[in-house]
Amino acid sequence: MTTETARTAATAQPAPTTQTTPTTQPASTNPATPLLRVEHLHVGFTRGGETRPVVNDVSFSLRAGECLAIVGESGSGKSVTARTIVGLTGANAVVDAETLELDGINLTTVSEKAWRSIRGRRVGFILQDALVSLDPLRPVGKEIEEALALHGWGSRAARKRKVVDLLESVGVPNPAVRARQRPDELSGGLRQRALIASALALGPELVIADEPTTALDVTVQAQVLDLIAGMKERGVSVILISHDLSVVARLADHILVMKGGSVVESGSAHQVLTAPTHQYTQALIDAVPGGHTRGERLGPALDASLPAPDTRAPLAPSDGPVLEARDLVKRFRGPGGAQSTAVDHVSFTLDRGTTLGIVGESGSGKSTTARIALALTSADEGWAKLLGQEWTSVTESRRRHLRNRIAVVYQDPLSSFDPRWTVERILVDAVAQADRPTTGAAARSERARDLLRQVGLSEQVLSRLPLKLSGGQRQRVAIARALATEPSIIVLDEAVSALDVSVQAQILDLLVELQDRIGLSYLFISHDLGVIHHMSDTVLVMKDGRVVERGTADDVFLRPRHPYTQELVRSLPTLEDPGASTARPGGPSAVDTLPAGAAEAAPR
Amino acid sequence: MTALGQPLLTKPVSAKLAATPWGFFLAIAVLLFFVVAAVFPAALATHDPYAMNFANALHPPSFEFWFGTDESGRDLYSRVIYGTRESLLIGVGATAVSLSLALVLGSLAALAGRFASAAVNRIIEVLFAFPTLLLALLLVAVIGPSAMSQVVAVGVGTAPGYARIIRGQILKAKDSGYVEAAVALGHPRAWILRNHVLPNALRPLVAIFALSVGQSIVWASSLSFLGLGVAPPSPEWGALLDAGKQYITQAGWLTVLPGLVIVVLALAATTLGKHIQNILEKDEK
Repeated sequence: MTTETARTAATAQPAPTTQTTPTTQPASTNPATPLLRVEHLHVGFTRGGETRPVVNDVSFSLRAGECLAIVGESGSGKSVTARTIVGLTGANAVVDAETLELDGINLTTVSEKAWRSIRGRRVGFILQDALVSLDPLRPVGKEIEEALALHGWGSRAARKRKVVDLLESVGVPNPAVRARQRPDELSGGLRQRALIASALALGPELVIADEPTTALDVTVQAQVLDLIAGMKERGVSVILISHDLSVVARLADHILVMKGGSVVESGSAHQVLTAPTHQYTQALIDAVPGGHTRGERLGPALDASLPAPDTRAPLAPSDGPVLEARDLVKRFRGPGGAQSTAVDHVSFTLDRGTTLGIVGESGSGKSTTARIALALTSADEGWAKLLGQEWTSVTESRRRHLRNRIAVVYQDPLSSFDPRWTVERILVDAVAQADRPTTGAAARSERARDLLRQVGLSEQVLSRLPLKLSGGQRQRVAIARALATEPSIIVLDEAVSALDVSVQAQILDLLVELQDRIGLSYLFISHDLGVIHHMSDTVLVMKDGRVVERGTADDVFLRPRHPYTQELVRSLPTLEDPGASTARPGGPSAVDTLPAGAAEAAPR
Repeated sequence: MTALGQPLLTKPVSAKLAATPWGFFLAIAVLLFFVVAAVFPAALATHDPYAMNFANALHPPSFEFWFGTDESGRDLYSRVIYGTRESLLIGVGATAVSLSLALVLGSLAALAGRFASAAVNRIIEVLFAFPTLLLALLLVAVIGPSAMSQVVAVGVGTAPGYARIIRGQILKAKDSGYVEAAVALGHPRAWILRNHVLPNALRPLVAIFALSVGQSIVWASSLSFLGLGVAPPSPEWGALLDAGKQYITQAGWLTVLPGLVIVVLALAATTLGKHIQNILEKDEK
């Protein structure tokens, strides 16, 4: 499994004898000479004769066996920085650097042909979404084999064996069988492992992982992080790119925090995480929700432009729970007539002014439960009552008058807006659906402005199409629409999952504030344990359609009883204890708990 | 599927035109010219389109006769100008028939109950299985050749393709997040259909209409060329092609020039349609 190293004739330094066999000791490179040196890197994109800078004056170096984390939110330039190192910035990019060296090779002058011998062989690249990075029509084994063949590695038979070895080394069970399967036949975790295997195929000295766990469930994320930790132990240098500080906390030796194309902070992981010097880093750390942030704001308070607490009369007689569900069952017919139970006897009660969190991984049935609670999907068995009235068991026309009592905010707000409608039309339309509808166009428009103020947006967005708004603004408009009918309940289905940490913090703060002022109840659905712990009073943990544990948020997350909840909590990356970079026992070899091809059974 | 896009036109040319803004203006200028020709043919014609003069029979294109003359000595350019009205009306009329029929079939296929929509879908598929021209020929054979039957034949012949497009658009809009959001707001089904589904589903039809006019003229001319259109003395373009084909060896201009006019008009309509499509898509994405 030894790789040929130091292929360049002009190696002015000892060749790093990188090996990928687990038993070998870390590489014996002179620790003084970094593997990768980047000094004063500038990258810009040219369009229409104008160059827009996206990376400004970034410098760092990386030694063998070290892990550098580049952390930042969308648009921070972190991915562009990483792509520059493998020469994949694109044709319209202008790259300028005082030094950009990989093991003595000047990467600024490398020809396209020479790049091909660097990519894969010396630098492996792991992208976020394994489903789009892998050819959907080809078995994953072929994909890896091709990477080997491209670099003229071994004979055909040897390559076939190597593929199975590689898949096994990244913890893919039944590697010989998996190698023959296409990406869509594998679960997200297995796909990501296959992608990692192909990045590791030629034993590169440096692996760049761009958001390698962002699309994954938390337990799978923990396994993938273990895998990267194992790579690092074997002497592979790692550049880990993430928007999430807690993901990199365990692995990183050094952390680079980027914002708007510039480095705002860099230093040892311990120093950056425990004693950040820049306020943006501190804000990023504070913005991470979790048990320790319950009852606290995640971000600085907004200016006091918010209207005074609502003085309207209570929305409905407040006896009993606002939403009550009993023994909900939903079955879906899979391909070939096989039936799967997406929701299996789920019961819950949501009280006025409280938040019920439903947490679970993909395929756990949490979103289907939400859709039944919204009466957008019918339940096969069981019932739900809204404000004490029949809800899921009656026809649409009989429950329509109750629709304005329960609102919904989705993960992707854009698709929930008619693309032709401006923000004003969206809000005015919803305002008209309230119980005591505001009459008159002027009054409705005034109410729309009022709603925008409540969610912290200026009136300027009224005339715009949602398409022209940022992700955070869209989510605020979605919340404003949800508030427009003066509901008792808002169902939040992964409503903050697609947002940057700091925007997520603002939205969560806003939701807490609204709950305090208007007495809203939330049904909060998320895969993110930290968010659920921060927001919820009571929590349901779902797995395979069943509720495996329920209780108060602190009970569930601090004293979990069910083994699955315990595993979830263990898998959750935390900011605490940085520098403890040892792999968890049983890490990479832990069996993938998801069945192959496990996917959300819901039709959405 | 030959209905949308380019049965007779070469894609690269119209794509290149679509990429440059001057292509858009050129298309508008060309269309304007033909609209004037259709409304005030006398303003653009140089001769009486019906005046025979056997002394000038089969005169090649010259300064006096821009497009040459036919076997009866009639000025071809003036005949083309006078034929514009009928050709354009057939094109627009056929498109209107086609899209109306497609709208009904497509909406039924997407919105009717399970059995009705399955039945409509089968009808669309059966119609779709016929080549457009064959279907049109069949209809002309049944109704008899005339301008009206050309409109109906081309309209019906091209409808199945558009019906499929409309059905897909409606289904897409029906399954969208904004429709679900409207249900969650408590809007009734009919309101959602009127305010969300139809407007979003039918938006692309503006572009399709422009594209389709060009196509319909080509189809209608094909029918006339086969002698199944307007009767010979009429200067309708397809009929001009049909009349000219006997003299194709001695007087090639009789077929080539009207043919070029058809190509230019179809190209202009297609270019305009593509631009409208681009603008609508830019709006959406």
